[in-house]
Amino acid sequence: MPFGNTHNNFKLNYKVEEEYPDLSKHNNHMAKVLTKELYGKLRDKQTPNGFTLDDVIQTGVDNPGHPFIMTVGCVAGDEESYEVFKDLLDPIISDRHNGYKATDKHKTDLNFENLKGGDDLDPAYVLSSRVRTGRSIKGFTLPPHSSRGERRGIEKLSVEALTSLDGEFKGKYYPLKSMTDAEQEQLINDHFLFDKPVSPLLTCAGMARDWPDGRGIWHNDSKTFLVWVNEEDHLRVISMQQGGNMREVFRRFCVGLQKIEEIFKKHNHGFMWNEHLGYILTCPSNLGTGLRGGVHVKLPKLSTHPKFDEILTRLRLQKRGTGGVDTASVGGVFDISNADRLGSSEVAQVQMVVDGVKLMVEMEKKLEKGEAIDSMIPAQK
Amino acid sequence: MLNSPQIRQQGSTMPFGNTHNQMKMKYTSEQEYPDLSKHNNHMAKILTPAMYERLRSKQTPSGFTLDDVIQTGVDNPGHPFIMTVGCVAGDEETYEVFKELLDPVIEDRHGGYKPSDKHKTDLNPSNLKGGDDLDSNYVLSSRVRTGRSVRGFCLPPHCSRGERRAVEKLSIEALASLSGDLKGKYYALKNMTEAEQQQLIDDHFLFDKPVSPLLLASGMGRDWPDARGIWHNDNKTFLVWVNEEDHLRVISMQKGGNMKEVFDRFCTGLTKIETLFKERSHAFMWNEHLGYVLTCPSNLGTGLRAGVHVKLPNMSKHAKFEEVLKKLRLQKRGTGGVDTAAVGGVFDISNADRLGFSEVELVQMVVDGVKLLVEMEKKLEKGQSIDDIMPAQK
Repeated sequence: MPFGNTHNNFKLNYKVEEEYPDLSKHNNHMAKVLTKELYGKLRDKQTPNGFTLDDVIQTGVDNPGHPFIMTVGCVAGDEESYEVFKDLLDPIISDRHNGYKATDKHKTDLNFENLKGGDDLDPAYVLSSRVRTGRSIKGFTLPPHSSRGERRGIEKLSVEALTSLDGEFKGKYYPLKSMTDAEQEQLINDHFLFDKPVSPLLTCAGMARDWPDGRGIWHNDSKTFLVWVNEEDHLRVISMQQGGNMREVFRRFCVGLQKIEEIFKKHNHGFMWNEHLGYILTCPSNLGTGLRGGVHVKLPKLSTHPKFDEILTRLRLQKRGTGGVDTASVGGVFDISNADRLGSSEVAQVQMVVDGVKLMVEMEKKLEKGEAIDSMIPAQK
Repeated sequence: MLNSPQIRQQGSTMPFGNTHNQMKMKYTSEQEYPDLSKHNNHMAKILTPAMYERLRSKQTPSGFTLDDVIQTGVDNPGHPFIMTVGCVAGDEETYEVFKELLDPVIEDRHGGYKPSDKHKTDLNPSNLKGGDDLDSNYVLSSRVRTGRSVRGFCLPPHCSRGERRAVEKLSIEALASLSGDLKGKYYALKNMTEAEQQQLIDDHFLFDKPVSPLLLASGMGRDWPDARGIWHNDNKTFLVWVNEEDHLRVISMQKGGNMKEVFDRFCTGLTKIETLFKERSHAFMWNEHLGYVLTCPSNLGTGLRAGVHVKLPNMSKHAKFEEVLKKLRLQKRGTGGVDTAAVGGVFDISNADRLGFSEVELVQMVVDGVKLLVEMEKKLEKGQSIDDIMPAQK
């Protein structure tokens, strides 16, 4: 274990009070849930791969959080983390995912034909559409815990799987460590390149170890389907294009994902999934679908309307700046995406985005004409 | 009396201390061996695939593994001009269990120091000749620092919160019993008031959470600021950092050029502190081969850096400045410390060596060397040559 938490037994020589972290200045999900008693109960446990309680919570101890943004403050090191440390993770999952209970079942629906509409979002307003998710590969530990051998194993499997794709999915893999300057420049211009994480939320969890070994980017020739290998999750899968045809983006997303999953299954390395938590990912906030479906949309008037945030909440959507999470919007253009991950299916979440964005564009048009939008304010979804 | 940990258990009886390391053994050595092709640090020069294979199944009694030792060096390829060490110790036993890697690293870093060499400790300040008369028109301040590790605890890359807090508690007890010139107060980082923080910044005492990836990648920043703090005496001439890069960093400093006084206080204070720790059954980590055992192999031996801030605007532009420093076994830094640039011709000049020379010898080199550099500066001011006072290689 990279940060020396392998000496868990040695630590048991110290009393619970002596080892329990000081969370008095903390504001994250982990700090809300992890009492001294719970720490005492879980501290001698480990997953079969040796991930311990301190490994789970290190990022939350090191990053007290923000007064306004509630971070999760814990990570999984392997599939079993969610079972071995369920006493901590179940309440966090419930708190983060709208009261999702330990007995709830999650529904997976990657049949794009179940989506209604979504092919006609007004491109005068909706500049681009994107759907992303993450996938973890069974039989390997997760990025906070994986060794170089494992990470390389994941990369090798991924490259095999991806390079066997054809048709609209035919593409190429670019490992981070042997990228040429020209390739790097192109990937930056395409907005595809990911870099070594700088966020302490990620680095404190150990995800950046051995960078850039085993990391890379694959994309198809048409640059509409992209896979990140070994960043925050084993795989991040992204479908995107200019304009408002979310239906097409989602179709490609579902078809591509399922093709990839089949190939991994053939190699006896299916994706981590269970009927309670759906797709298993590194951060508890991404459980379920791991899906963020979103658009970059021009809403200069609606975004300054006093009810903007309320509308978003009712539509179960969230806003971000166009640089992604933690950035500000520029020129009235917002990144609008689904807020939920767990407890609703992929189709349901993309449907919320499609319907919600359609409504917001209508509202924007009304406000342009100086009309009121009060009659259009939606009910809580 | 603190709740001391039991004698550390052998790896084989630890129920799961290194489950993860065992899991990694399922992968071949080639699969796990780091890619060091773009690296330029001491670890990368030494760690061959064959060595990695021999050492990867080992662990210290507290569970520190080869990958733990080298993680910082894997994550930080280094600089084309600066040779970083690229490895750390997690406990005292690291230097024994992983000697096959660390002995060559130590040899390379410390001027050919051999595994059979013995290191001499001399903290008797009366053995220093002179040092009380460095010209304070040039020498603005004098400082001596070292590190100490407390036996019975793991080092900062590996220690748990419980251990770190125990080190802090012991330190506070020991320091609180100092008296006279050394009487002082402890400021825990996590309950510092704004006023205290400002004062410590103004005094140039405050240390902050490390930002250097060299330190962070080795795990030293975990749980910050829990159990970290600063103690200083009322006169603000003797200062101890608790749980930063080492268990303790001990610093003696004052304005002007009286290095002798700085070193006197340094030795007296250190010896007192060591006695207090010994009384509590926690001596400092030391052995006759490596001297004082510290987190970074570069600080073994004395762990001592004695230096001055000195005005050398003419000397520093002289073509032979670097050569002179080398012959005097000194190094230069900017006045912000390592990795900073000099401002206004003022340099931080200190001993380059740590291991293989005693404390007295190293401070003597600084005292004699700085005296010479100031003479050279004065000559250059008058437009005179310095060729006839060039030193021989020490």
